[in-house]
Amino acid sequence: MDALDLARWQFGITTVYHFLFVPLSIGLSLLVAILQTAWARTGNTVYLRATKFWGKLFLINFAMGVVTGIVQEFQFGMNWSAYSRYVGDIFGAPLAMEALVAFFLESTFLGLWIFGWDRLPKAVHLACIWTVAVGSAVSAFFILAANAWMQNPRGFRFNPAADRAELSSFTEVLTNKVLLATVPHTLFACWMTAGVLVFAVAAWHLARRSHLDVMLPSLRLGLVTTLIAAFGILISGDLLGKVMTETQPMKMAAAEALYESAQPAPFSLFTIGTLSGTEPVITLDVPRVLSFVATGSLDGRVEGINDLQREYVQKYGPGDYRPYIPIAYWGFRLMMGFGFLAMIVAVVLLWLTRKGRLPDRPWLWRIAVLSVVLPFLANSFGWIFTEMARQPWVVFGLLRTADGVSPAVGIGAVITSLVVFTVVYGVLAVVEAGLMIKYAKAGPPAEADVVPAEPGEEGGTLSFAY
Amino acid sequence: MELTDVWFVAIAVLFLGYFVLEGFDFGVGILLPVLGRSDAERRVMINTIGPVWDGNEVWLITAGGAMFAAFPEWYASLFSGFYLPLLLILVALIVRGVAFEYRGTRDSAAWRARWDAAIFFGSLIPAVLWGVALANIVRGVPLGPGHHFTGTVLDLLNPYALLGGAVTLTLFLAHGAVFLALKTVGEIRERARTVAARAGTAALVVTAGFLIWTQVRHGHAVTWVLAAIAVAALVAALSANRVGREGWAFTFSAVTIGLTVVALFTALYPDVLPSTVDPAHSLTTVNAAATPKTLGIMTWVAVIFLPLVLAYQAWTYWVFRRRIGVQHIPG
Ligand code: HDD
Ligand code: HEM
Ligand code: HEM
Repeated sequence: MDALDLARWQFGITTVYHFLFVPLSIGLSLLVAILQTAWARTGNTVYLRATKFWGKLFLINFAMGVVTGIVQEFQFGMNWSAYSRYVGDIFGAPLAMEALVAFFLESTFLGLWIFGWDRLPKAVHLACIWTVAVGSAVSAFFILAANAWMQNPRGFRFNPAADRAELSSFTEVLTNKVLLATVPHTLFACWMTAGVLVFAVAAWHLARRSHLDVMLPSLRLGLVTTLIAAFGILISGDLLGKVMTETQPMKMAAAEALYESAQPAPFSLFTIGTLSGTEPVITLDVPRVLSFVATGSLDGRVEGINDLQREYVQKYGPGDYRPYIPIAYWGFRLMMGFGFLAMIVAVVLLWLTRKGRLPDRPWLWRIAVLSVVLPFLANSFGWIFTEMARQPWVVFGLLRTADGVSPAVGIGAVITSLVVFTVVYGVLAVVEAGLMIKYAKAGPPAEADVVPAEPGEEGGTLSFAY
Repeated sequence: MELTDVWFVAIAVLFLGYFVLEGFDFGVGILLPVLGRSDAERRVMINTIGPVWDGNEVWLITAGGAMFAAFPEWYASLFSGFYLPLLLILVALIVRGVAFEYRGTRDSAAWRARWDAAIFFGSLIPAVLWGVALANIVRGVPLGPGHHFTGTVLDLLNPYALLGGAVTLTLFLAHGAVFLALKTVGEIRERARTVAARAGTAALVVTAGFLIWTQVRHGHAVTWVLAAIAVAALVAALSANRVGREGWAFTFSAVTIGLTVVALFTALYPDVLPSTVDPAHSLTTVNAAATPKTLGIMTWVAVIFLPLVLAYQAWTYWVFRRRIGVQHIPG
């Protein structure tokens, strides 16, 4: 392994890790804001207790999202300095705007929300959590703008003298069609993640018939959120697939392990290829479906890997332009598959608990609780697919990953940081999971403990303290 | 003024904001085992910065992002060149941030002691290394052709840079102690004032020495003035602390940190990262910059959002202006 491979491993590990926490932060902030609004409007303390309960889980998770995010920003300069020089004129702006427009908002108003229960008027305090929810969605927009540019570079000019891409139209960067499809897809995925977490935790309590007053409405909120989000994911995912076929045909061909161009093209359900991933051995197909997914027409032409490879050699010069096919193929399927599973669980549970029924089937609740892992797996595979099936490019059609790595950083430094991050992240994962489980099991606080003091009261104890 | 100069100033302002704001919460973190004699006292200390530390840290994230956008070459050379110190800083910031949130989640003395250690080291390491990094930026590093860093981590551990580390450490300690004196009641407040006097005196000696060294090597008339005011403000902070005017003491220690940063950036200009090998390889505000187009867009965004950020962050400090003591900590 050389410094390039190590830097890639590091990027993959730290980013996938960051994206375990981010969807929950984005999704749960919204659900907590909805619950607190319900409390503000009805005065029903069940909603206040739910707000505090899910709010606690949200905070435990948020801390991890924040601290792992800083690594992401620094890493571009540390491990990918050649990339940073090449793309900085375009790519840096959304990152800086994300910090200035979104992160300040999130972090400041979150501090106000956590510590402000007895310091702020009720309506202002409620506005704080809404600001956090909006801020976190805005941060997703900007970071995805940066990422969409890597998938489909737009609004730039190559400057040979400076050997870098330079901005020609910021509007084009912000209206990149990949971006417009990725933002809803990712946000819906975030909301599904939170929805599933909420119904899974609620199911754990309902199976034990504990805290019914808070957990029944929570279950419903979680299930409905999951289903609405799943619907949004399907629509936006379908759109994203078409945009992807247009902008990165090789990615779609790899996702389908479609070696030869086909018209109409079948959708592959299952393929076992040779180990090198260059040829299929056994396949199971559904006719014409890929044509539809990729082009919107039942007999659209979908280009195959081999044709694209020949075409790219002519266009970009000699080289291997094929990503590692098994990852692309399985990443795509696992993303969809885990998502569908979560959706099915949600539908079944919604049906079985209709009109407040609480079925007495332990296996049902156990499945509901275990479903908590599904959206996390779907998210991770979605990104692994998106990023690895773009290889060998880091910026599609412009810059190869191998040309983006820091030339002056030695292998020793990269090994050190890879090991350090992996160890620190591993330990923190155990700690965080332990805490989430502990507080999820503890259940919501009692009514007497949650009603906040009137704002401005001096001398009393703090309503919240670390 | 050229746009490149505007952004040089903007980056300086973002780092200034970062050091002034996170400076005191680093100070509070390092003083945790010194001033907090019981768990309740340590909780008082952590809660003085609880609502604001994350907002303070975003100044760093914004400074980093702005550097990437406005001076990509600077960002790339600096971050790849300062690889190991930055790694240490990142790990420190990770464990520190998690520690604030997780410390109180289990009722166990051992658990809390472990997170207290994370807060201490997580504050101490960046407090020293930021000074080392800043001093090295002013001093210059071995940059070869293509603006690549050609040195090793040992090049970063020169006496001038180490003195820079001592400057940020002592200044942040004094700043944090003054902040605690301003935000607490009871015994902690008294102890914090004593520590502020000691740390402030140490900071005075180290900072004056460092600024004179900077002046001799890189200074000109303007940096003389800035350095002199910075040192005078520290003297003022010490006197205000002695007579119990904590608000003034905090204002003056903030001025010292701010002007020290300004003096260093002024000494640096028009370079952004000088090369010690050959001035031809130095990065300047011109050859490190993004295009005027990007800088122009970024300027609009900054002009609109930076005042907004300042306004709502100032409001946060107003909302949480009340002093706290052990009697306010819930059981
Ligand atoms: C809960 C998570 C989840 C679920 C259930 C799905 N996705 Fe997804 N998908 C993501 C979460 C995700 C993601 C992790 O958020 C990605 C990675 C990059 C992105 O924009 O979203 C992604 C990427 C992604 C891409 C790649 C975009 C690119 O490389 O440019 C496509 C084509 C789809 N998705 C399509 C779908 C379809 C057709 C789905 C269902 C039928 C689906 N996704 C379910
Ligand atoms: C949070 C969601 C994301 C995940 C899980 C993710 C994951 C990954 C993975 C697994 C790789 C490795 C691909 C390979 O080496 O074969 C990669 C590469 C890369 N990604 Fe992402 N990514 C995410 C979002 C982003 C975003 C938003 C950006 C830019 C702002 C980005 C920038 C990069 C860069 C520069 C590389 C090149 C390094 C490399 O190829 O290893 N990624 N990413
Ligand atoms: C590889 C590219 C990425 C970089 C450079 C990055 C950078 C950062 C930084 C610096 C923070 C800390 C902010 C703070 O202190 O408040 C953070 C947190 C966060 N990031 Fe990322 N991030 C990346 C990927 C993503 C993606 C793909 C998303 C969303 C789709 C995202 C959404 C968020 C959100 C919402 C937070 C707030 C904390 C949280 O919600 O957990 N990030 N990120």
